[in-house]
Amino acid sequence: MSPRLELTIGPLLFNWSPERVAAFYGQIARDPAVDRVYLGEVVCGKRGPLLAHALAEAADLLQAAGKTVVWSTLALPALPRDRQVTAALAADPALIEINDISALAHRPPGAPFVAGPLLNVYNEAAAGELIARGCVRLCANVEMSLTAVAALTAPCPGLEIEIFAFGRLPLALSGRCYHARGHGLHKDNCQFVCDRDPDGLTVETLDGVGFLAVNGVQTLSHGVQVVDNPVAELRAAGVTALRLSPHSGDMAKVIAGFRAYADGVLAPADLAAAIRATDPPGPLVNGYPRGGAGAQWTARS
Amino acid sequence: MASIELVCPAGSPAMLRAAIEAGADSVYCGLRDETNARNFPGLNFSPQELKDAADWAHGRGAKVLVAINTFARVGAVDIWRASVDAAARAGADAVIVADLGILAYARDAHPDLRLHLSVQAAAGSVDSIDYYAKTYGVRRVVLPRVLSAPEIAALNRQISVETEAFVFGGLCVMAEGRCALSSYATGRSPNLSGVCSPPEAVAFEDHQGQLTSRLAGFTLDRFEAGEAAGYPTLCKGRFQAGGEASYLFEEPTSLNAMELLADLAKAGVTAVKIEGRQRGKAYVARVAAAFRAALDALDRGESTQPYERLLSSLAEGGRETAGAYRKTWR
Repeated sequence: MSPRLELTIGPLLFNWSPERVAAFYGQIARDPAVDRVYLGEVVCGKRGPLLAHALAEAADLLQAAGKTVVWSTLALPALPRDRQVTAALAADPALIEINDISALAHRPPGAPFVAGPLLNVYNEAAAGELIARGCVRLCANVEMSLTAVAALTAPCPGLEIEIFAFGRLPLALSGRCYHARGHGLHKDNCQFVCDRDPDGLTVETLDGVGFLAVNGVQTLSHGVQVVDNPVAELRAAGVTALRLSPHSGDMAKVIAGFRAYADGVLAPADLAAAIRATDPPGPLVNGYPRGGAGAQWTARS
Repeated sequence: MASIELVCPAGSPAMLRAAIEAGADSVYCGLRDETNARNFPGLNFSPQELKDAADWAHGRGAKVLVAINTFARVGAVDIWRASVDAAARAGADAVIVADLGILAYARDAHPDLRLHLSVQAAAGSVDSIDYYAKTYGVRRVVLPRVLSAPEIAALNRQISVETEAFVFGGLCVMAEGRCALSSYATGRSPNLSGVCSPPEAVAFEDHQGQLTSRLAGFTLDRFEAGEAAGYPTLCKGRFQAGGEASYLFEEPTSLNAMELLADLAKAGVTAVKIEGRQRGKAYVARVAAAFRAALDALDRGESTQPYERLLSSLAEGGRETAGAYRKTWR
């Protein structure tokens, strides 16, 4: 029998308070359904110092609880300080997740890493380039369908595959901070207004239809991805882990729902209802894994 | 200071000739398939047209750069490799590539072919540029449009390769190659399909004189009677956040950084680039001539100011911005 599908907790994308961060990871540490946790500020280098202490304590706690802890690098390091943080993480040969190619400039050749979903790895040739550099796991870019993931995995034996299974989808990065802009502020004097929106600030169309969510320099979907393909399809595509992105709703129930689904205890058709009961920040979507527009939702019958 | 190279778009052989005759030092173009990011019907070059165009351009001292700048489709990487081969056979002066796998192929199969890193690779830091230069032998990087002029200057002091900066045309407000907004709404995006906010997903609806633009059913903007309605590019739509309606990501403007040419020259850029392979030969002739005049003025130590307003009627809705080159943009 193949090992259980791993559940991983993706890096926290939002600007939560240190207290909230500590409480969240304390709960994750106690949850036997979780195998691995990615830690670190991925979105905005300005936030890094605010959470450094809370995240370091969380790492100790999670490791003591037997979780694999993987530090994750900034997605768009720009300032000298961003580059220093990225370089320091990359230079340590311990397993890390890379979210920008710049980290490879400082990575000892062959040191293992996870290629994060914010990298542009869309085919087996690009994956091969990273594998040659030490990539042991790929968290597929959210745009990739499950069919595309399967086609990428087949010629890359041994590559672990993670998919973005739960959460608002990370869609775009910019040099401009939309939280600051939305509040009439400038990125350099942003007053950290992104801390007001623990799941990002919902962006609606002019008719009031929820569409996107801004989170500092990042734009996410308003819809909340729930991958609910039959588990056999995931396994056939080479998927070994499901990534759950932290949100302010009832994450313990999100984790329990996905654990039951991954273990075959909860039918795929019943996963959506379980997740809707956790107070997700938007409607559920599952278009990307099916090869459609990401915003689409098709119910399992 | 060496003269700045003027790089202009060529969506067809006729547009290539028009660009060079109007003063382009280089043109960039793509093959007629999904390997280039302007894969529109009626646009681009066959391998033979590319060879003929390269011969014609070389006869006039101009260079031809071939954009093979989409991310290869899984299981179909050979199509991208074949495009690299075709560019090399045509005598291209460089290929513009974003995909790690295609960079590796070009390096190994055509070691004499000059490699430029596409803006779609979003390499905007010393470290990423160093990595691409050392690993793949990249000789020039097309810079993301999210950098300011002082940042470009700082970058050029620390890297060993040439840089090319966009100065006119469409303006991405997201880091290029790191944006999936279009596929979230429509299923197609620059990285997946070489298109953004694709025309087949666009609809305009007239209701009592008020025009609503939609992309895949999502309302992107609304115009009163008589107001100019722009194309609904997703990031230039009007949205509501926190109860207020605004152009949250960017106004429907396009980039014109002519006034910053002197700053970009001081920042050490090797080349400046015009966007718009889809916009035809009349467009490129006019833009190339204006930038040729401005760059020549710069070479003579004169101001570029007399040329700065020459192009405003070409902008989307007539509105322009110097974009992120001014740091206040953020």
